[in-house]
Amino acid sequence: MKKIEAIIQPHKLEDVKEALKAIGIDGMTISEVRGHGRQKGHKEIYRGMEYQVDLLPKVKLEMVVPDARADEVIRTVVSSARTGKIGDGKVFVFDVAEAIRIRNDDRGEGAL
Amino acid sequence: MRYRFWVALLAPSVALAQAASLSPEARLANLEVAVKSAQSAGDNAWMLVSAALVLMMTGPGLALFYGGLVRRKNVLGTMMHSFILMAVITVLWAIIGYSLAFGEGSPVLGDLRYLFLNNVGAAPNADYAATIPQQTYMIYQLMFAIITPALISGAFAERMKFSAMLLFTVLWALFVYFPLAHMVWGKGGLLNAFLGGKIPCFDFAGGTVVHISSGVSALVCALYLGKRKGYQSEPMKPHSIVLSVIGACLLWVGWFGFNAGSALAASALATSAFVATHFATASAVLGWLLVEWMRNGKPSVLGGISGAVAGLVAITPASGFVKPFPALLIGLVAGIVCFFMVTAVKSKFGYDDTLDAFGVHGAGGTVGALLTGVFATSAVNDSLKDASGKVLPLGLVDGVPGQVFNQAIGVAISWILAIVGTLIILKICDGLLGVRVAPDQELDGLDVSMHGEEGYNLES
Repeated sequence: MKKIEAIIQPHKLEDVKEALKAIGIDGMTISEVRGHGRQKGHKEIYRGMEYQVDLLPKVKLEMVVPDARADEVIRTVVSSARTGKIGDGKVFVFDVAEAIRIRNDDRGEGAL
Repeated sequence: MRYRFWVALLAPSVALAQAASLSPEARLANLEVAVKSAQSAGDNAWMLVSAALVLMMTGPGLALFYGGLVRRKNVLGTMMHSFILMAVITVLWAIIGYSLAFGEGSPVLGDLRYLFLNNVGAAPNADYAATIPQQTYMIYQLMFAIITPALISGAFAERMKFSAMLLFTVLWALFVYFPLAHMVWGKGGLLNAFLGGKIPCFDFAGGTVVHISSGVSALVCALYLGKRKGYQSEPMKPHSIVLSVIGACLLWVGWFGFNAGSALAASALATSAFVATHFATASAVLGWLLVEWMRNGKPSVLGGISGAVAGLVAITPASGFVKPFPALLIGLVAGIVCFFMVTAVKSKFGYDDTLDAFGVHGAGGTVGALLTGVFATSAVNDSLKDASGKVLPLGLVDGVPGQVFNQAIGVAISWILAIVGTLIILKICDGLLGVRVAPDQELDGLDVSMHGEEGYNLES
């Protein structure tokens, strides 16, 4: 099993969700996060006080998929989240040791 | 039911028959009573609405405006600084405040004739407002006494101990606000141009009494308490400018009660003050945004609403004395001056006037008080008369340049009283209770450390 963690632009979330649904992936966990890579932030001024805001809002998607489907899912996420501009985000892939369904104690890929 | 209908139908003809049987003198007397009561009803209705509008400026107006500008952990503590005064000052006003401000005493302080609101009832006080119950006048003036110390809280936001804030406010009202209100508006007050003051100043709705006094006291508080921990090194962005926009708009609306209500009647003068207030606010918004756009590259929403408050402050003393176009000019000047006060001047001197109570109220109030001396005209306000009843000219535009000097003296007295009074009171509060919260309380935020609550429990 692979865990795929994608950090994307918030406005691309719907596109990514739709694309994943189209290939039959509908389990995922999403959180609103802030961060930055090479992307520069922006300046905000409140009554003359300047703030450099470099932690920008992003959305983090996490999903665990069978090994056989990992490549397909990664390709789908990357192509649907891409705008071609700096700040599009990154995808990280991890090996997963075990998965357990809390409801009935299913284990392994059967729990996904 | 049917019986009542016929009585109602017959009542006017019965009254007519009665009137016809009365002598002309008696009918005239009846008419005078009826006219007087009609005028009183109109004036009283407007003044009660105005009183409510001015209370709305403190809560929720100022509470939202200030509450949005602080960090999330201090939103309740900051709103409480405004809200609690609606209770504390009210009780103080009932016991002694109204009497000290409006009892006819010495030139600097009222006497105790209205202690516990003794003799403040339905009968008008002709010295102040001849057509409304004195109780209406009393409750209207109370609302000014509530908002003034609330304005100061902008300077000590996010770091003052609540107990010390309460003591400070009570002492400040007693030793700064009530004397100054008496000097400017009380009968026989030193600066009261209309009721026998030695130095005649024009302050229609409280440029000196409310805005200079609170703004200058705010600067003293900011300097005495020192900067917030992490000031200029940690981010201290306003947590919700949305709340502040709502608050500022409520202030704008409430200010019609503040300024137009200060005509103390539903009169043409009230209309004139209403118009001047609105015009000055509009041009102050544009003035602030224009300079900000040129200097920073973007016109900010916070800039727009700050400009609005600056304009409202500056027009306050002038509102019942100036024509619409001078009002536009006063607003424009205030918007630009206050922009530089809260940006350039504050950062140059490095004081932490947290929500710019001094930069907006102290500076805007001073600009407005001085420009009142320039633009005040008897074409708008004809209540200054000599012994023979002749209407007297008012400001520079009426050919009385000396009035600008009088205004400057009024400004100076307000500044001095605010500085000296606030400093002494802060020393007393610091000695008795300590004015500043402990460092860990400041880090936790006032909401948790002072009140045991949080403003936003979104997960609950």
